[in-house]
Amino acid sequence: MMGRALRHKSFAIGAVLVLLLVATALLSFVWTPYSAAELDIPNKLAAPSATHWLGTDSLGRDIVSLLIVGSRNSIAVGFIAVGIGIVFGAALGLLAAARRGWVEELVMRLADFTFAFPALLSAIMLTAIYGPGLVTSIVAIGIFNVPVFARITRAAANSVWAREFVLAARACGKGKLRITLEHVLPNIASQLIVQATIQFAIAILAEAALSYLGLGTQPPTPSWGRMLNEAQALMYQRWQLAVWPGLAIVLSVLGLNLMGDGLRDLLDPRLARRR
Amino acid sequence: MATLLVASAIVFAVLDILPGNVADVMLGESATPEARQALVDKLGLDHPPLERYGRWLQGMARGDLGISVSYDTPVTQLIGERLAVTAPLAVLAMLLTTLIALSLGIYAASRHNRLGDVGVMAASQFGIAIPNFWFAILLILVFSVKLQWFSAGGFPGWSADDGGGFWPALKALILPAVALAVVQAAILARITRSAVLDVLREDFVRTARAKGLSQRAVLWQHVLRNAFVPVLTVMGLQFANLLTGTIVVEQVFSLPGLGRLIFQAISNRDLVVVRNVVMLLAAAVIVINFVVDVLYAVIDPRLKGHG
Repeated sequence: MMGRALRHKSFAIGAVLVLLLVATALLSFVWTPYSAAELDIPNKLAAPSATHWLGTDSLGRDIVSLLIVGSRNSIAVGFIAVGIGIVFGAALGLLAAARRGWVEELVMRLADFTFAFPALLSAIMLTAIYGPGLVTSIVAIGIFNVPVFARITRAAANSVWAREFVLAARACGKGKLRITLEHVLPNIASQLIVQATIQFAIAILAEAALSYLGLGTQPPTPSWGRMLNEAQALMYQRWQLAVWPGLAIVLSVLGLNLMGDGLRDLLDPRLARRR
Repeated sequence: MATLLVASAIVFAVLDILPGNVADVMLGESATPEARQALVDKLGLDHPPLERYGRWLQGMARGDLGISVSYDTPVTQLIGERLAVTAPLAVLAMLLTTLIALSLGIYAASRHNRLGDVGVMAASQFGIAIPNFWFAILLILVFSVKLQWFSAGGFPGWSADDGGGFWPALKALILPAVALAVVQAAILARITRSAVLDVLREDFVRTARAKGLSQRAVLWQHVLRNAFVPVLTVMGLQFANLLTGTIVVEQVFSLPGLGRLIFQAISNRDLVVVRNVVMLLAAAVIVINFVVDVLYAVIDPRLKGHG
């Protein structure tokens, strides 16, 4: 398995990028070149140098440190938002597959409606009431993830329910809950993991967009999206500021997507897309 | 229709019932009791929720969406003005998306596993990972700041009387449309490629080749028509992304469209405007997906019963 994983090019590249992202976030807790909160106004908008590798922003904060600390935010939002999606979505999907009939119909129609409200639209509605903030954006992205996981879980679970070993389990007198937990869930776990990787990437993109718009992470917490917003105003003075946070987002999302594609091939060869 | 009704109920529940007291949300804690009472009277907030919901629905059917509290203008008029920017932008972006995605997707499929294919796939992998607002910023950086071919934002208006005109207005929408289209096209190109490849493996394609049709003729006469169904499905699903993308990209280019309207409404806590714009966007997504469903039957000959 390990050997196959390492030979799978897109998985290997993706995994390296994701590891880098996670390592950066962990590193931020023990070490950053400068404190990300430390203002140094006389030294603002400094050019890249030996002391400040990528220069400083309009408040004299070190860009490298801000980028490192910003990774925490992306990971946290991704984890919680995907967590909300997978817990509620998978539960609904499993319920729909186990009960069929009107329960399934209801769950799936509900999933249809929430598709009309992408993360940004839910975030706008929630911000209009509760004001902008990290929690609002996480909840909005999480809500958007629920129907995604509900659909995938139901489709995957339905195909497991049709298999002979489930029939055998039912013949042995096992209840629906037990079959769901002992047979269905383990058999669909790999598909959920693949989807979770992809939704994680989407969550990072959504959080960056919300923060850019001022609806997500609030100052002074560093976030890649807000760094881009601040950089846009300074484009005529120091255009490089608008490049680094975007690059950080692209590499993280690219890594997660590549890893997701690779995992799909590795975990379930039948699902591997024809190439 | 039923879908639209449920969507409107969701919007109403979130923006009207969930906050508890709408007047408090809109005016903040420090409002005087008189100001609160004035707002309650103006919006009819002392009526039961079901009645207010019914009134909103009736208003929508008549094209009367109420009056914006912060602009003191009918919401229908506000939305109409902003749609003159958002709708052309969305259409332009969708056209560009289709053009880029179909040509790249078909090209990649025809060069399956050769250099062209690998190149397109690698580029699209990057395209999917790029946030559209960052791509928009990069476009401004290159074409406005460095080359100075386009202005970095703003919108001159469609009519020459406002100092704008058709061409200046169109020019102001080009960079935003490109920013939206490139990211969308990356996804659609992959779908197009795999749809074309799937059809190429079908028996009837082999038959067509066997009877002596050229590669090009097979592609245009047989493959594309059949490959278009999955492509269309994804285009329908992408429309929601396109609309929300438009909201973000409008902010990047300071375009006075629906996106800006909704953000100004949020900072003014103008729930009347927020509710109606959100409903409009959700309705647009629902209607487009309905249209896509109808189009299946037109495009897929099997669904019409003479395949």
